[in-house]
Amino acid sequence: MKIAVCIKRTPDSESRFKIGSSGASIDEAGLKFDIDDFASYAIEVALQLNEKQGPSASHQGTPGETVVIAVGPDLVQETLRKAMSMGADRAVQLKADTIPYDGLAVAKALAAELKSGGYDLVLFGKHAFDTSNGVVGTATAELLGIPCVTAATKLEISNGRGVARRELEGAAEIVEFPLPAAVTIDEGIARPRYPSLKNIMAAKKKPLETKPAQLGDVRVTVKKMELPPDRPPGRIIGEGVAAVPELVRLLQTEAKIL
Amino acid sequence: MANVLVFAETRANALRKVALEVVTAARALADATGGGEVHALVAGTSGVGGVAQQLGQYGADVVVVVEHPSYANFDRESVAATIAARAKSASYRAVLMGFSAQGRDLGPRVAAKLDAPIASDVTEIQSSGDSLVVKHPAYANKVIATLEATGPLAVVSVRPSAVTAAQAARAAKTETMQPASDPSQSRVVVKEIAEGGKGKIDLGEAPIIVSGGRGLKSAENFKLVEDLAAAFGNAAVGATRAVTDDGWRPHSDQIGQTGRQVSPQLYVAVGISGAIQHLAGMRTSKTIVAINKDKEAPIFKVADYGIVGDVLEVVPALTQAVKEAKASH
Repeated sequence: MKIAVCIKRTPDSESRFKIGSSGASIDEAGLKFDIDDFASYAIEVALQLNEKQGPSASHQGTPGETVVIAVGPDLVQETLRKAMSMGADRAVQLKADTIPYDGLAVAKALAAELKSGGYDLVLFGKHAFDTSNGVVGTATAELLGIPCVTAATKLEISNGRGVARRELEGAAEIVEFPLPAAVTIDEGIARPRYPSLKNIMAAKKKPLETKPAQLGDVRVTVKKMELPPDRPPGRIIGEGVAAVPELVRLLQTEAKIL
Repeated sequence: MANVLVFAETRANALRKVALEVVTAARALADATGGGEVHALVAGTSGVGGVAQQLGQYGADVVVVVEHPSYANFDRESVAATIAARAKSASYRAVLMGFSAQGRDLGPRVAAKLDAPIASDVTEIQSSGDSLVVKHPAYANKVIATLEATGPLAVVSVRPSAVTAAQAARAAKTETMQPASDPSQSRVVVKEIAEGGKGKIDLGEAPIIVSGGRGLKSAENFKLVEDLAAAFGNAAVGATRAVTDDGWRPHSDQIGQTGRQVSPQLYVAVGISGAIQHLAGMRTSKTIVAINKDKEAPIFKVADYGIVGDVLEVVPALTQAVKEAKASH
Protein backbone atom coordinates (compact mmCIF):
# COMPACT_ATOMS: atom_id res chain seq x y z
CA MET A 1 0.00 0.00 0.00
CA LYS A 2 1.07 3.54 -0.54
CA ILE A 3 0.69 5.20 2.85
CA ALA A 4 1.30 8.82 3.80
CA VAL A 5 1.87 9.70 7.43
CA CYS A 6 1.54 13.38 8.35
CA ILE A 7 3.73 14.10 11.35
CA LYS A 8 4.61 17.02 13.61
CA ARG A 9 7.65 18.07 15.59
CA THR A 10 6.62 18.86 19.16
CA PRO A 11 8.43 19.40 22.46
CA ASP A 12 8.90 16.57 24.92
CA SER A 13 5.61 16.36 26.74
CA GLU A 14 7.29 15.72 30.09
CA SER A 15 8.93 19.16 30.00
CA ARG A 16 8.24 22.01 32.36
CA PHE A 17 7.12 24.91 30.24
CA LYS A 18 7.77 28.61 30.54
CA ILE A 19 6.10 31.39 28.60
CA GLY A 20 8.28 33.18 26.04
CA SER A 21 8.99 36.90 26.14
CA SER A 22 6.30 37.64 23.53
CA GLY A 23 3.68 36.33 25.94
CA ALA A 24 2.10 34.46 23.05
CA SER A 25 4.31 31.37 22.82
CA ILE A 26 6.24 29.03 25.04
CA ASP A 27 9.94 29.55 25.66
CA GLU A 28 11.57 26.87 23.53
CA ALA A 29 15.05 27.30 25.01
CA GLY A 30 16.34 24.03 26.42
CA LEU A 31 13.34 21.96 25.29
CA LYS A 32 13.86 18.65 23.54
CA PHE A 33 11.80 18.13 20.39
CA ASP A 34 10.86 14.90 18.68
CA ILE A 35 8.10 13.30 16.61
CA ASP A 36 4.81 13.93 18.36
CA ASP A 37 3.70 10.86 20.34
CA PHE A 38 0.50 10.23 18.39
CA ALA A 39 2.28 10.77 15.06
CA SER A 40 4.89 8.20 16.11
CA TYR A 41 2.10 5.66 16.68
CA ALA A 42 0.81 6.49 13.19
CA ILE A 43 4.25 5.85 11.68
CA GLU A 44 4.44 2.50 13.46
CA VAL A 45 0.98 1.53 12.19
CA ALA A 46 1.99 2.43 8.62
CA LEU A 47 5.23 0.43 8.82
CA GLN A 48 3.45 -2.62 10.22
CA LEU A 49 0.73 -2.46 7.58
CA ASN A 50 3.30 -2.31 4.79
CA GLU A 51 5.40 -5.08 6.33
CA LYS A 52 2.31 -7.27 6.56
CA GLN A 53 0.65 -6.37 3.27
CA GLY A 54 3.49 -6.18 0.81
CA PRO A 55 2.44 -5.08 -2.68
CA SER A 56 -0.46 -2.69 -2.93
CA ALA A 57 -3.81 -4.02 -4.04
CA SER A 58 -4.38 -0.86 -6.02
CA HIS A 59 -0.82 -0.70 -7.31
CA GLN A 60 -0.32 -4.30 -8.45
CA GLY A 61 3.27 -5.37 -8.43
CA THR A 62 4.66 -2.26 -6.75
CA PRO A 63 5.98 -2.60 -3.23
CA GLY A 64 4.37 -0.76 -0.36
CA GLU A 65 5.68 2.69 0.34
CA THR A 66 5.53 4.81 3.48
CA VAL A 67 5.93 8.56 2.93
CA VAL A 68 6.21 10.97 5.85
CA ILE A 69 5.10 14.58 5.45
CA ALA A 70 5.55 17.53 7.80
CA VAL A 71 4.69 21.22 7.57
CA GLY A 72 7.20 23.59 9.11
CA PRO A 73 10.62 25.25 9.07
CA ASP A 74 13.85 23.39 8.27
CA LEU A 75 13.97 22.07 11.84
CA VAL A 76 11.30 19.54 10.83
CA GLN A 77 13.84 17.86 8.54
CA GLU A 78 15.37 16.28 11.64
CA THR A 79 11.93 14.94 12.57
CA LEU A 80 11.41 13.57 9.06
CA ARG A 81 14.86 11.88 9.16
CA LYS A 82 13.93 10.26 12.44
CA ALA A 83 10.76 8.90 10.83
CA MET A 84 12.84 7.53 7.96
CA SER A 85 15.22 5.94 10.45
CA MET A 86 12.18 4.10 11.84
CA GLY A 87 11.57 2.78 8.34
CA ALA A 88 9.67 5.35 6.26
CA ASP A 89 10.88 5.31 2.65
CA ARG A 90 10.92 9.00 1.83
CA ALA A 91 9.89 12.37 3.21
CA VAL A 92 8.33 15.64 2.13
CA GLN A 93 8.80 18.92 3.98
CA LEU A 94 6.15 21.52 3.25
CA LYS A 95 8.16 24.54 4.16
CA ALA A 96 6.65 27.30 6.27
CA ASP A 97 8.44 29.68 8.66
CA THR A 98 6.07 28.77 11.44
CA ILE A 99 3.30 26.22 11.86
CA PRO A 100 0.09 28.17 12.30
CA TYR A 101 -2.33 27.39 15.13
CA ASP A 102 -5.06 27.30 12.49
CA GLY A 103 -5.63 23.59 11.81
CA LEU A 104 -7.64 24.24 8.65
CA ALA A 105 -4.77 26.27 7.15
CA VAL A 106 -2.37 23.36 7.79
CA ALA A 107 -4.92 20.92 6.38
CA LYS A 108 -5.06 22.92 3.16
CA ALA A 109 -1.29 22.65 2.74
CA LEU A 110 -1.37 18.90 3.37
CA ALA A 111 -4.36 18.32 1.09
CA ALA A 112 -2.60 20.20 -1.74
CA GLU A 113 0.36 17.83 -1.39
CA LEU A 114 -1.66 14.63 -0.90
CA LYS A 115 -4.33 15.06 -3.56
CA SER A 116 -2.30 13.82 -6.53
CA GLY A 117 -0.17 11.38 -4.52
CA GLY A 118 -2.21 8.24 -5.19
CA TYR A 119 -2.20 7.21 -1.53
CA ASP A 120 -4.31 4.27 -0.38
CA LEU A 121 -4.18 5.46 3.21
CA VAL A 122 -3.28 8.72 4.94
CA LEU A 123 -2.50 8.51 8.65
CA PHE A 124 -2.25 11.22 11.31
CA GLY A 125 -1.92 11.36 15.08
CA LYS A 126 -5.30 12.05 16.69
CA HIS A 127 -3.92 15.40 17.77
CA ALA A 128 -0.56 17.01 18.38
CA PHE A 129 0.60 17.56 21.94
CA ASP A 130 1.39 21.25 21.50
CA THR A 131 -1.73 22.68 19.87
CA SER A 132 -4.02 19.91 21.18
CA ASN A 133 -6.57 20.77 18.49
CA GLY A 134 -7.31 17.47 16.76
CA VAL A 135 -8.31 19.30 13.58
CA VAL A 136 -5.68 18.70 10.91
CA GLY A 137 -6.26 15.02 10.08
CA THR A 138 -10.04 15.15 9.81
CA ALA A 139 -10.07 18.48 7.97
CA THR A 140 -7.45 17.21 5.49
CA ALA A 141 -9.59 14.14 4.76
CA GLU A 142 -12.63 16.36 4.28
CA LEU A 143 -10.75 18.59 1.84
CA LEU A 144 -9.59 15.49 -0.06
CA GLY A 145 -13.12 14.10 -0.04
CA ILE A 146 -12.02 10.72 1.37
CA PRO A 147 -13.59 8.82 4.28
CA CYS A 148 -12.05 9.49 7.67
CA VAL A 149 -12.04 7.63 10.96
CA THR A 150 -10.79 9.59 13.95
CA ALA A 151 -8.95 8.40 17.07
CA ALA A 152 -8.63 4.75 16.04
CA THR A 153 -7.33 2.36 18.69
CA LYS A 154 -7.31 -0.60 16.27
CA LEU A 155 -6.95 -0.68 12.50
CA GLU A 156 -7.05 -3.57 10.05
CA ILE A 157 -6.88 -3.26 6.29
CA SER A 158 -7.77 -6.01 3.81
CA ASN A 159 -9.08 -6.12 0.25
CA GLY A 160 -9.32 -2.39 -0.11
CA ARG A 161 -11.38 -1.91 3.06
CA GLY A 162 -10.54 -0.87 6.57
CA VAL A 163 -12.01 -1.78 9.94
CA ALA A 164 -11.22 0.45 12.91
CA ARG A 165 -12.14 0.65 16.56
CA ARG A 166 -12.85 4.02 18.10
CA GLU A 167 -13.41 4.70 21.80
CA LEU A 168 -16.54 6.58 22.80
CA GLU A 169 -17.52 7.77 26.25
CA GLY A 170 -18.23 4.50 28.04
CA ALA A 171 -18.31 2.38 24.85
CA ALA A 172 -16.48 1.79 21.59
CA GLU A 173 -17.61 1.64 17.98
CA ILE A 174 -16.29 -0.67 15.29
CA VAL A 175 -16.48 1.06 11.91
CA GLU A 176 -15.86 -0.09 8.36
CA PHE A 177 -14.81 2.07 5.42
CA PRO A 178 -13.45 1.82 1.88
CA LEU A 179 -9.96 2.94 0.78
CA PRO A 180 -8.56 5.39 -0.02
CA ALA A 181 -9.17 6.79 3.42
CA ALA A 182 -7.67 8.80 6.26
CA VAL A 183 -7.34 7.54 9.82
CA THR A 184 -6.20 9.48 12.88
CA ILE A 185 -4.42 7.30 15.41
CA ASP A 186 -5.01 7.15 19.16
CA GLU A 187 -2.79 5.68 21.83
CA GLY A 188 -2.70 1.96 22.53
CA ILE A 189 -2.59 0.82 18.92
CA ALA A 190 1.15 0.16 18.52
CA ARG A 191 4.41 0.90 20.31
CA PRO A 192 6.74 2.87 18.06
CA ARG A 193 9.97 1.04 17.26
CA TYR A 194 13.42 2.38 18.07
CA PRO A 195 15.54 3.02 14.98
CA SER A 196 18.53 0.68 14.61
CA LEU A 197 21.97 2.17 13.96
CA LYS A 198 21.87 0.64 10.50
CA ASN A 199 18.55 2.30 9.75
CA ILE A 200 19.75 5.63 11.14
CA MET A 201 22.64 5.50 8.66
CA ALA A 202 20.33 4.41 5.84
CA ALA A 203 17.89 7.25 6.59
CA LYS A 204 20.56 9.84 5.80
CA LYS A 205 20.47 8.71 2.17
CA LYS A 206 16.71 8.50 1.79
CA PRO A 207 15.06 11.23 -0.30
CA LEU A 208 13.75 14.30 1.49
CA GLU A 209 11.98 16.72 -0.78
CA THR A 210 11.23 20.32 0.21
CA LYS A 211 8.36 22.33 -1.25
CA PRO A 212 6.62 25.52 -0.16
CA ALA A 213 3.58 24.92 2.06
CA GLN A 214 0.39 26.20 0.43
CA LEU A 215 -1.21 27.28 3.67
CA GLY A 216 -4.63 28.80 3.42
CA ASP A 217 -5.53 32.06 5.13
CA VAL A 218 -4.48 31.90 8.77
CA ARG A 219 -7.58 32.86 10.73
CA VAL A 220 -6.82 31.35 14.14
CA THR A 221 -3.97 33.10 15.93
CA VAL A 222 -2.52 33.08 19.43
CA LYS A 223 -3.14 36.24 21.44
CA LYS A 224 -1.65 35.06 24.69
CA MET A 225 -0.21 32.04 26.44
CA GLU A 226 -0.10 31.65 30.18
CA LEU A 227 0.57 28.95 32.71
CA PRO A 228 -2.48 27.61 34.53
CA PRO A 229 -2.93 28.79 38.12
CA ASP A 230 -1.10 26.63 40.64
CA ARG A 231 -3.12 24.44 42.93
CA PRO A 232 -2.78 25.23 46.60
CA PRO A 233 0.09 23.20 48.08
CA GLY A 234 -0.78 19.62 48.95
CA ARG A 235 -1.57 18.57 52.50
CA ILE A 236 -1.01 15.20 54.13
CA ILE A 237 -3.73 14.71 56.73
CA GLY A 238 -2.47 11.52 58.34
CA GLU A 239 -1.14 8.00 58.07
CA GLY A 240 -2.84 4.68 57.46
CA VAL A 241 -6.34 3.57 58.39
CA ALA A 242 -6.31 5.94 61.39
CA ALA A 243 -6.57 8.92 59.02
CA VAL A 244 -9.77 7.69 57.35
CA PRO A 245 -12.27 9.32 59.77
CA GLU A 246 -10.53 12.69 59.36
CA LEU A 247 -10.68 12.32 55.57
CA VAL A 248 -14.39 11.57 55.68
CA ARG A 249 -14.96 14.56 57.97
CA LEU A 250 -13.08 16.88 55.58
CA LEU A 251 -14.98 15.53 52.56
CA GLN A 252 -18.22 16.28 54.40
CA THR A 253 -17.48 19.62 56.01
CA GLU A 254 -14.77 21.26 53.92
CA ALA A 255 -15.08 19.82 50.39
CA LYS A 256 -18.83 19.19 50.90
CA ILE A 257 -18.80 16.33 48.45
CA LEU A 258 -19.98 13.52 50.69
CA MET B 1 -27.03 40.63 17.28
CA ALA B 2 -26.07 37.27 15.93
CA ASN B 3 -27.52 33.79 15.97
CA VAL B 4 -25.59 30.76 17.15
CA LEU B 5 -26.08 27.20 15.90
CA VAL B 6 -25.48 24.34 18.33
CA PHE B 7 -25.09 20.65 17.61
CA ALA B 8 -26.89 19.16 20.65
CA GLU B 9 -25.48 15.68 21.09
CA THR B 10 -27.78 12.79 21.92
CA ARG B 11 -27.31 9.11 22.57
CA ALA B 12 -30.30 6.79 22.20
CA ASN B 13 -32.42 9.94 21.62
CA ALA B 14 -31.52 11.37 25.05
CA LEU B 15 -29.47 14.53 25.44
CA ARG B 16 -25.96 14.12 26.74
CA LYS B 17 -24.81 16.38 29.56
CA VAL B 18 -22.42 18.20 27.25
CA ALA B 19 -25.32 19.22 24.98
CA LEU B 20 -26.84 21.38 27.71
CA GLU B 21 -23.43 22.84 28.56
CA VAL B 22 -22.95 23.85 24.93
CA VAL B 23 -26.44 25.35 24.72
CA THR B 24 -25.58 27.38 27.83
CA ALA B 25 -22.36 28.59 26.19
CA ALA B 26 -24.27 29.44 23.02
CA ARG B 27 -26.93 31.34 24.98
CA ALA B 28 -24.22 33.47 26.62
CA LEU B 29 -22.54 34.12 23.26
CA ALA B 30 -25.80 35.06 21.52
CA ASP B 31 -26.76 37.37 24.42
CA ALA B 32 -23.32 38.99 24.35
CA THR B 33 -23.79 39.93 20.71
CA GLY B 34 -26.93 41.86 21.60
CA GLY B 35 -29.63 39.22 21.80
CA GLY B 36 -29.30 36.73 18.96
CA GLU B 37 -31.09 33.40 18.86
CA VAL B 38 -29.75 29.98 19.77
CA HIS B 39 -30.70 27.26 17.32
CA ALA B 40 -30.03 23.71 18.50
CA LEU B 41 -29.81 20.89 15.97
CA VAL B 42 -30.51 17.35 17.15
CA ALA B 43 -29.98 14.23 15.05
CA GLY B 44 -31.39 10.86 15.99
CA THR B 45 -34.01 8.28 15.19
CA SER B 46 -37.76 8.85 15.21
CA GLY B 47 -38.72 10.69 18.42
CA VAL B 48 -35.47 12.54 19.04
CA GLY B 49 -37.48 15.77 18.78
CA GLY B 50 -38.75 14.94 22.27
CA VAL B 51 -35.63 16.60 23.68
CA ALA B 52 -36.77 20.00 22.34
CA GLN B 53 -38.46 21.07 25.57
CA GLN B 54 -35.34 20.36 27.61
CA LEU B 55 -33.21 22.33 25.13
CA GLY B 56 -35.67 25.20 25.50
CA GLN B 57 -35.25 25.20 29.26
CA TYR B 58 -31.53 25.82 28.76
CA GLY B 59 -31.92 28.59 26.22
CA ALA B 60 -32.68 27.23 22.74
CA ASP B 61 -35.00 29.53 20.77
CA VAL B 62 -35.29 27.07 17.89
CA VAL B 63 -34.75 23.31 17.82
CA VAL B 64 -33.94 21.80 14.44
CA VAL B 65 -34.96 18.14 14.50
CA VAL B 66 -33.31 15.74 12.06
CA GLU B 67 -34.70 12.23 12.28
CA HIS B 68 -33.56 9.21 10.29
CA PRO B 69 -33.61 5.47 11.05
CA SER B 70 -29.88 5.29 10.20
CA TYR B 71 -29.06 7.77 12.97
CA ALA B 72 -29.35 4.99 15.56
CA ASN B 73 -25.56 4.93 15.40
CA PHE B 74 -23.28 7.92 14.88
CA ASP B 75 -23.33 8.77 11.16
CA ARG B 76 -20.45 11.24 11.11
CA GLU B 77 -20.62 11.97 7.38
CA SER B 78 -24.34 12.62 7.13
CA VAL B 79 -24.56 14.55 10.41
CA ALA B 80 -21.57 16.76 9.49
CA ALA B 81 -23.15 17.51 6.10
CA THR B 82 -26.45 18.34 7.79
CA ILE B 83 -24.90 20.71 10.34
CA ALA B 84 -22.96 22.45 7.55
CA ALA B 85 -26.08 22.74 5.39
CA ARG B 86 -28.03 24.32 8.24
CA ALA B 87 -25.15 26.68 8.99
CA LYS B 88 -25.13 27.81 5.35
CA SER B 89 -28.90 28.22 5.16
CA ALA B 90 -28.98 31.20 7.51
CA SER B 91 -26.62 33.73 8.97
CA TYR B 92 -24.88 32.31 12.03
CA ARG B 93 -22.04 33.82 14.00
CA ALA B 94 -20.77 30.46 15.21
CA VAL B 95 -21.41 26.72 15.18
CA LEU B 96 -20.87 25.19 18.63
CA MET B 97 -20.56 21.58 19.73
CA GLY B 98 -18.98 19.65 22.58
CA PHE B 99 -15.38 18.41 22.42
CA SER B 100 -16.69 14.89 22.95
CA ALA B 101 -16.04 11.73 20.92
CA GLN B 102 -18.72 12.90 18.48
CA GLY B 103 -17.98 16.62 18.55
CA ARG B 104 -14.24 16.30 18.11
CA ASP B 105 -14.95 14.22 15.01
CA LEU B 106 -17.64 16.53 13.60
CA GLY B 107 -15.99 19.91 14.23
CA PRO B 108 -13.18 19.72 11.68
CA ARG B 109 -15.52 18.20 9.09
CA VAL B 110 -18.00 21.03 9.48
CA ALA B 111 -15.24 23.67 9.49
CA ALA B 112 -13.74 22.28 6.27
CA LYS B 113 -17.16 22.15 4.58
CA LEU B 114 -17.87 25.75 5.58
CA ASP B 115 -14.30 26.93 5.09
CA ALA B 116 -14.62 28.46 8.55
CA PRO B 117 -11.89 28.76 11.18
CA ILE B 118 -12.18 26.25 14.03
CA ALA B 119 -11.18 26.49 17.68
CA SER B 120 -11.17 23.15 19.52
CA ASP B 121 -11.61 22.20 23.13
CA VAL B 122 -12.28 25.65 24.50
CA THR B 123 -13.20 26.57 28.05
CA GLU B 124 -14.39 30.18 27.46
CA ILE B 125 -15.80 32.06 24.47
CA GLN B 126 -16.07 35.80 24.04
CA SER B 127 -17.21 37.86 21.11
CA SER B 128 -14.91 40.73 20.24
CA GLY B 129 -15.87 42.68 17.14
CA ASP B 130 -15.27 40.48 14.12
CA SER B 131 -13.49 37.87 16.20
CA LEU B 132 -14.24 35.20 18.70
CA VAL B 133 -11.69 35.08 21.49
CA VAL B 134 -11.44 31.71 23.24
CA LYS B 135 -9.40 30.05 25.95
CA HIS B 136 -7.95 26.67 25.03
CA PRO B 137 -5.84 24.46 27.26
CA ALA B 138 -2.86 23.39 25.14
CA TYR B 139 0.29 21.35 25.79
CA ALA B 140 -1.88 18.80 27.59
CA ASN B 141 -3.31 21.41 29.98
CA LYS B 142 0.11 22.77 30.91
CA VAL B 143 -0.42 26.04 29.04
CA ILE B 144 -3.60 28.07 28.57
CA ALA B 145 -3.74 29.66 25.13
CA THR B 146 -5.97 32.62 24.31
CA LEU B 147 -6.84 32.30 20.63
CA GLU B 148 -8.57 34.62 18.23
CA ALA B 149 -10.67 33.23 15.38
CA THR B 150 -11.42 35.88 12.78
CA GLY B 151 -14.19 35.90 10.21
CA PRO B 152 -17.98 36.09 10.10
CA LEU B 153 -18.47 32.41 11.01
CA ALA B 154 -16.40 30.13 13.24
CA VAL B 155 -16.71 26.56 14.51
CA VAL B 156 -16.01 26.10 18.21
CA SER B 157 -15.96 22.90 20.25
CA VAL B 158 -16.43 23.30 24.00
CA ARG B 159 -14.63 21.17 26.58
CA PRO B 160 -17.06 18.96 28.53
CA SER B 161 -17.64 20.19 32.12
CA ALA B 162 -15.92 23.54 31.39
CA VAL B 163 -19.30 25.30 31.32
CA THR B 164 -21.99 24.69 33.92
CA ALA B 165 -25.36 24.15 32.28
CA ALA B 166 -27.74 26.92 33.40
CA GLN B 167 -31.47 27.26 32.82
CA ALA B 168 -32.67 30.14 30.66
CA ALA B 169 -36.15 29.31 29.43
CA ARG B 170 -36.85 29.95 25.76
CA ALA B 171 -39.57 28.95 23.32
CA ALA B 172 -37.75 26.07 21.58
CA LYS B 173 -39.81 26.39 18.42
CA THR B 174 -39.40 23.10 16.58
CA GLU B 175 -38.43 22.85 12.92
CA THR B 176 -37.78 19.63 11.06
CA MET B 177 -34.98 19.11 8.59
CA GLN B 178 -34.01 16.23 6.31
CA PRO B 179 -30.46 14.87 6.39
CA ALA B 180 -28.38 16.91 3.94
CA SER B 181 -26.66 13.77 2.73
CA ASP B 182 -28.36 10.41 2.39
CA PRO B 183 -27.12 8.16 5.22
CA SER B 184 -27.07 5.21 2.79
CA GLN B 185 -24.28 7.06 0.97
CA SER B 186 -22.08 7.38 4.08
CA ARG B 187 -18.79 5.57 3.58
CA VAL B 188 -17.82 5.15 7.23
CA VAL B 189 -20.35 2.72 8.67
CA VAL B 190 -20.73 1.55 12.27
CA LYS B 191 -20.73 -2.26 12.34
CA GLU B 192 -20.91 -2.79 16.05
CA ILE B 193 -21.00 -0.96 19.38
CA ALA B 194 -18.85 -2.55 22.06
CA GLU B 195 -20.43 -1.44 25.32
CA GLY B 196 -18.17 -0.45 28.17
CA GLY B 197 -20.28 -2.17 30.81
CA LYS B 198 -23.87 -1.64 31.85
CA GLY B 199 -24.67 1.53 33.72
CA LYS B 200 -21.07 2.65 33.62
CA ILE B 201 -20.69 6.37 34.32
CA ASP B 202 -18.48 8.11 31.80
CA LEU B 203 -15.22 9.63 33.09
CA GLY B 204 -16.05 12.95 31.42
CA GLU B 205 -19.40 13.24 33.16
CA ALA B 206 -18.81 11.66 36.57
CA PRO B 207 -18.78 14.09 39.52
CA ILE B 208 -16.43 11.68 41.35
CA ILE B 209 -13.61 9.61 39.90
CA VAL B 210 -11.71 6.93 41.79
CA SER B 211 -8.53 6.10 39.94
CA GLY B 212 -5.93 3.40 40.48
CA GLY B 213 -2.22 3.07 39.75
CA ARG B 214 0.60 0.56 40.01
CA GLY B 215 0.50 0.87 43.80
CA LEU B 216 -2.44 -1.54 43.71
CA LYS B 217 0.10 -4.24 42.78
CA SER B 218 -2.26 -6.36 40.67
CA ALA B 219 -5.24 -6.19 38.33
CA GLU B 220 -7.31 -8.12 40.89
CA ASN B 221 -6.81 -5.39 43.49
CA PHE B 222 -8.66 -2.97 41.22
CA LYS B 223 -11.72 -4.44 42.91
CA LEU B 224 -10.87 -2.12 45.83
CA VAL B 225 -11.10 0.89 43.52
CA GLU B 226 -14.39 -0.34 42.07
CA ASP B 227 -15.79 -0.94 45.54
CA LEU B 228 -14.87 2.58 46.65
CA ALA B 229 -16.45 4.02 43.48
CA ALA B 230 -19.59 1.97 44.17
CA ALA B 231 -19.71 3.26 47.76
CA PHE B 232 -19.73 6.87 46.50
CA GLY B 233 -22.50 5.81 44.13
CA ASN B 234 -21.94 8.45 41.45
CA ALA B 235 -18.31 7.68 40.68
CA ALA B 236 -16.44 6.41 37.63
CA VAL B 237 -13.25 4.35 37.68
CA GLY B 238 -10.07 5.61 36.05
CA ALA B 239 -6.50 4.37 35.77
CA THR B 240 -2.96 5.51 35.07
CA ARG B 241 -1.11 4.89 31.85
CA ALA B 242 1.14 2.30 33.50
CA VAL B 243 -1.92 0.30 34.47
CA THR B 244 -3.58 0.47 31.04
CA ASP B 245 -0.27 -0.31 29.31
CA ASP B 246 -0.04 -3.42 31.46
CA GLY B 247 -3.57 -4.41 30.47
CA TRP B 248 -5.00 -4.23 34.00
CA ARG B 249 -7.64 -1.86 32.65
CA PRO B 250 -8.76 -0.91 29.11
CA HIS B 251 -7.04 2.04 27.43
CA SER B 252 -10.33 3.93 27.45
CA ASP B 253 -10.01 4.21 31.26
CA GLN B 254 -6.68 6.00 31.09
CA ILE B 255 -6.51 9.45 32.66
CA GLY B 256 -3.55 11.58 31.70
CA GLN B 257 -1.89 13.55 29.02
CA THR B 258 -2.45 10.93 26.35
CA GLY B 259 -5.71 9.66 27.80
CA ARG B 260 -8.79 11.40 29.13
CA GLN B 261 -8.53 14.82 30.71
CA VAL B 262 -11.00 15.16 33.54
CA SER B 263 -12.16 17.79 36.04
CA PRO B 264 -14.49 16.07 38.51
CA GLN B 265 -15.65 17.50 41.83
CA LEU B 266 -13.61 14.83 43.59
CA TYR B 267 -10.67 12.81 42.31
CA VAL B 268 -9.41 9.97 44.50
CA ALA B 269 -5.93 8.77 43.46
CA VAL B 270 -5.26 5.28 44.80
CA GLY B 271 -1.69 3.99 44.61
CA ILE B 272 -0.79 6.66 42.06
CA SER B 273 2.64 8.27 42.33
CA GLY B 274 1.66 11.34 40.28
CA ALA B 275 3.82 11.30 37.16
CA ILE B 276 3.56 14.50 35.12
CA GLN B 277 1.78 12.50 32.43
CA HIS B 278 -0.96 11.61 34.91
CA LEU B 279 -1.21 15.01 36.60
CA ALA B 280 -1.83 16.59 33.18
CA GLY B 281 -5.09 14.67 33.02
CA MET B 282 -6.54 15.43 36.46
CA ARG B 283 -4.90 18.44 38.04
CA THR B 284 -7.92 20.64 37.33
CA SER B 285 -10.13 18.44 39.55
CA LYS B 286 -11.84 20.47 42.28
CA THR B 287 -10.76 18.33 45.21
CA ILE B 288 -8.00 15.73 45.05
CA VAL B 289 -7.52 12.90 47.56
CA ALA B 290 -4.37 10.77 47.37
CA ILE B 291 -3.59 7.53 49.12
CA ASN B 292 -0.05 6.26 48.62
CA LYS B 293 2.57 4.50 50.73
CA ASP B 294 5.41 6.81 49.63
CA LYS B 295 5.10 10.17 51.40
CA GLU B 296 7.51 11.72 48.86
CA ALA B 297 5.25 10.79 45.91
CA PRO B 298 4.53 13.86 43.70
CA ILE B 299 0.78 13.22 43.91
CA PHE B 300 0.90 14.63 47.49
CA LYS B 301 2.01 18.00 46.07
CA VAL B 302 -1.38 18.43 44.40
CA ALA B 303 -3.56 16.48 46.84
CA ASP B 304 -5.88 18.55 49.03
CA TYR B 305 -6.09 15.58 51.37
CA GLY B 306 -3.30 13.01 51.41
CA ILE B 307 -3.09 9.80 53.40
CA VAL B 308 0.26 8.03 53.61
CA GLY B 309 -0.38 4.33 53.91
CA ASP B 310 -0.92 0.94 52.33
CA VAL B 311 -3.76 1.23 49.83
CA LEU B 312 -4.74 -2.39 50.46
CA GLU B 313 -5.61 -1.41 54.06
CA VAL B 314 -6.69 2.24 53.74
CA VAL B 315 -9.02 1.86 50.75
CA PRO B 316 -11.29 -0.84 52.24
CA ALA B 317 -11.51 1.23 55.43
CA LEU B 318 -12.42 4.31 53.42
CA THR B 319 -15.02 2.34 51.45
CA GLN B 320 -16.63 1.26 54.70
CA ALA B 321 -16.54 4.79 56.12
CA VAL B 322 -18.09 6.26 52.95
CA LYS B 323 -20.88 3.67 53.09
CA GLU B 324 -21.57 4.59 56.71
CA ALA B 325 -21.52 8.32 55.94
CA LYS B 326 -23.96 7.79 53.07
CA ALA B 327 -26.22 5.60 55.22
CA SER B 328 -26.42 8.23 57.97
CA HIS B 329 -27.86 10.88 55.65
